Order: sequence, then structure tokens, then C-alpha cells
Amino acid sequence: MTTSTLAYRSAQTASSDIAIQSNITFNCRDVNLFYGKFQALKHINLRMERKKITALIGPSGCGKSTFLRTLNRMNDLVRGCHIEGSINLNGVDIYKEMDPLVLRRNVGMVFQQPNPFPKSIYDNVAYGPRLKGITQKKVLDEIVEKSLRQAAIWDELKDRLKKSALGLSGGQQQRLCIARALAVEPSVLLMDEATSALDPISTARIEELVNTLKNKYTVIMVTHNMQQAQRIADNTAFFYMGEMVECADTHTLFNNPEKKQTIRYVSGDFG
Amino acid sequence: MTTTSTGAVASEQNKNPLTQVDASIRHARFSDRLATGALYAISGSFVLLLIAMLSYIMYNGIEAYSGTIFSFTDEGIGNQFFNTIYLVVISLLVSVPLGIATGVYMSEYAAPGRTTDLLQMALETLSSLPSVVVGLFGYLAFVVYVGTQWNLFSGALAVSILSIPLITTTTYNALQALPKGYREGSLALAATPWETIVHVLLPACVQPIITGIMLAAGRGFGEAAALLYTAGMSTDINWNVWNLASPVCPLNPFRPGETLSLAVWASRTEGTTANAGDVAAAASAVLICLVLFFSIMSRWLGRAISRKIEGE
Repeated sequence: MTTSTLAYRSAQTASSDIAIQSNITFNCRDVNLFYGKFQALKHINLRMERKKITALIGPSGCGKSTFLRTLNRMNDLVRGCHIEGSINLNGVDIYKEMDPLVLRRNVGMVFQQPNPFPKSIYDNVAYGPRLKGITQKKVLDEIVEKSLRQAAIWDELKDRLKKSALGLSGGQQQRLCIARALAVEPSVLLMDEATSALDPISTARIEELVNTLKNKYTVIMVTHNMQQAQRIADNTAFFYMGEMVECADTHTLFNNPEKKQTIRYVSGDFG
Repeated sequence: MTTTSTGAVASEQNKNPLTQVDASIRHARFSDRLATGALYAISGSFVLLLIAMLSYIMYNGIEAYSGTIFSFTDEGIGNQFFNTIYLVVISLLVSVPLGIATGVYMSEYAAPGRTTDLLQMALETLSSLPSVVVGLFGYLAFVVYVGTQWNLFSGALAVSILSIPLITTTTYNALQALPKGYREGSLALAATPWETIVHVLLPACVQPIITGIMLAAGRGFGEAAALLYTAGMSTDINWNVWNLASPVCPLNPFRPGETLSLAVWASRTEGTTANAGDVAAAASAVLICLVLFFSIMSRWLGRAISRKIEGE
């Protein structure tokens, strides 16, 4: 599927772009987003590399979370929300050519507050696969174990799979939510300030986990924590007042930024 | 309160201010004790009142016991007991699906606006409608208009009018109280809104919804006025006839059927039989036991179901 869609895309774009294209998961062109009359995102152009961690940083209200939510179409649920421009995932326009359910099976999401369902640990992880129509217990068992292992929480939870997920600590809940997202077998994982509600030790464990995930997944994370972006992100994009000011590899963005606003933000002048 | 200001006396200057209690603190302590005492007294007297009433009713019920009082004949209240349960079951079959569906619609689908406000207002009005008016409406709509006689089904529909708003409101409130993360989490896992409602939201609301159903059932057990001219005040059944079409078949919902609360009312106001007093006393006691049993059962059921869903 990937190669054919890429071929389709490359026929339309300059041939020199092909090499870059194949490394790109999301390609956003001139994205504008409105809540009613308020414009929350202004002319966003951004490409995100496959199997890399991209961090979105910026002060509160800069549009970074809103932007993240356009990538799995969670903004569709907001009344009065309207989007212009194009966002392609592996060359396919996610708003014009893709069913939102197909998109969300390919793009998982982890939220700021750990949000396990009031079900058992097992049922939480099996939720997504069951929606796909998988009912065989053996298959589900395998998926649950594999996902929990990937989220580095299998050893802690394997003896209590039938217990309520609500009885776990915040950090465990968040890793369970990561496992739950991975169980659907997405190619991209979106993380919306996924560690901001956690203590430093849980945060470190999740950062460690995210670092191992990039062997297989593309991770796009919103964070208000600049140190976190520097610790784990390959690329970082700086958002300010609904615009994407600058995007570069993380080292460059923090140590040698081009734009004045970026310099001021990363040096702690505001935000 | 102002003793510690500029004009402080010499003796007070020697005392450590951290060991002193001033008038404002004494006043606050006093009102705290007064309020606590008053609240204990009020709630205590209610508990006493409840115990007194319950023991009075139970005592009289047991006193009234005779060989025939629980029989399924004209002298006993067996038929009324059966009618009560049957009527509540029918009314729950109608009101539970409708009530839950309305609550789900209002919480998850209805766009905020005039129509939704109107619906909300209609439900509030419906829940505060006097039951005798609902009974009269039920008589005109379900009995006269349909061209039939008094029957259990009409009674169940009349009770449903009263209980649907209860179930709707509890369902709506329970759904609204759920964290936003449940919805977002489910939708982000590629569930449709409907799958989210069925697999996440409603299972998370089992306990409050069962409480709502319990309130609705209580309404059915206790209702008298709404049943006067809908379910009727007579019971003529034959426990040997099991042909549903027969007007004397116990399971025929389209036959008249007096419930326990109506039996209490009827035997106290126009009872002519010798044991009318005993019937009223026994029926009251049975009714109370029934409500208690139902309430305990539904609590237990609610807990058992949500334990099954949530894991231990």
C-alpha cells in the first residue's frame, strides 16, 4: 500500500522529492483551522519524518495540541471546527481520501490525563482489536501480551490482567494507555503532553519507552517541557500564536535557531 | 476581638499569643457545635420516625396474618401481589429502553439549542406531573380512546409516563459525569460514537442507571392514583387458565388488575368485607418488604455487574 501510494504521489511531485517523500509520514501543506471565526492554526507547513520522534513545543494556546489533533481528526468532533489545506499520510489526503476510522487505526493517540476505561487491564488493551472484529481468545491473548511487552509493562501486570485498570498508578495507567494504542497496530503514535500529569520517575520511564518505540513507530509528541524535547526528540517544531515558526532537528532548533521568536522562547524569555 | 490591638493590658503582653483563643474562635467553635448537634438531632429523629413507622406497619401486618390472607383468592392478597410485580415488570419493559435511549440521546447526540432545552423542560414537567392527572390521561388515552376496559397494560403505560423522566435524568446525569477522556480515548482507538456508547460509556454508568431503574420501580410499586382508572380495582383471574387470550388468564396483560397499593386504599376507604382492615395491614407490610427486597437486589445486581465490567 505504501509503495503504491508513494508512487502515485511522486508522479505528481518533482522527482527530486521522491527520496524525501519516502521518509515522510505526515506532510501538511498550508493548514488553516478555525473554531467558528477564531483561527487557531495559520498556514502550517510541516513534514514529519518516519520512525523519528518529532516534538511540538510552544507556549500555552499556541496551537500545538490543536495541530496534533488534526492529525487523527479528533477536531472533527468539535462543533464549528473547520479545516483548510491538506494533510497527507503516506501520500494519502487524510481529510479527502481516507475514512476517519482507517486513519485512527493507523494513527494512535495518548492523552495528557491517563484515560484507561473502567474495565479490566486485559479488556482495555483488547478494546481496539475487538473493534476490528477480532474475537478469538487466543489471538487477543497474543495481542494483549505483545502490546503490554512493547509498552514495557507486561512483567508488572501479567498476573493481574483481570483486575481493574483504575487501580493502577498514574504512570502505569499511562503505559497501559500506550499499550492500548499499540494494540491497534498503528504506524504513528501521537502523544499529547503524555507525561505532564506524571511524577519524574514515571516520566523518565515513559521517555525511555518512547525512545524504544521509534524503531517501529513514528512518534509525534506535544510537550510543554523543553528539556523533554531535547532529551528524546529527533526533530522539534516551535509553534507560536497559531503559526509554525520553525522546525529543525532538535539540536539545531535549541542551539542555533533561525527565527527571533524561537531564540527568545528556547532561551526562556517568555512562555 | 480587638483586645490584642493597641490597648493591650500588661498581663496579656506576657502571654504567648499562640496559646490564646480569642472571641472569634470561641464563637466559631460554639456555632460549629450547635450546628452539628442540630443536624444530628434532625437526622436522628428521622431515623426514629422511619423505624417507628416500619415497625408499626410490620407489626400490624404480622398481626393480620391468617391462613387465607396470602391466598390467591378474594379473601387473600396473593393476586394483588402478583399484579403488582407483573405491572412493574411491564412498565419497566416500556420505560427502561425508552428512558435510557432518551438519556443517551440528550447527553451524546442532541446539539445544544432550543429543541434540547424544550425536551429537557418537557421531561422536568413530566416528572413533576401529579399522578392523578397522569391516571386520568392514561384512562382517556389508553382505555377510552383504544375502546377497551381497565387493564394492567394501560396501568403500566401510565406508570411509565411517571418513570421515564426518572430513568432519563439518571442516565443523562451519569453520562455527563463521565470523564471526557473515556469518549476521546475510545474514539481515538477508531471506535464510532455508537461503539463508544455501547462498549464504554453505558457500561461505566451501570450503577447509577440501575439506581434510576430502582426509583422507577419504586414508583410502580407505590403508585395508586395513576392506576385508579387505568389498571382498575378488580382482579378476576383463574390460576388454571393459561390461554393468554382469556380475560381470566393471570399472564394476560389486557385484563384488569388491582395492585397492592390500590388494595390498601380500597380496603381502607370502601372495603366492605369483614377482613378489610387485615387486608390493608397485610398488603402494606408485603408492599414494604417488596420494595426493600427490590432495592437490596438491585444494589447487589448493580455492584455485581460493574465488578464484572471493571474487573476486581
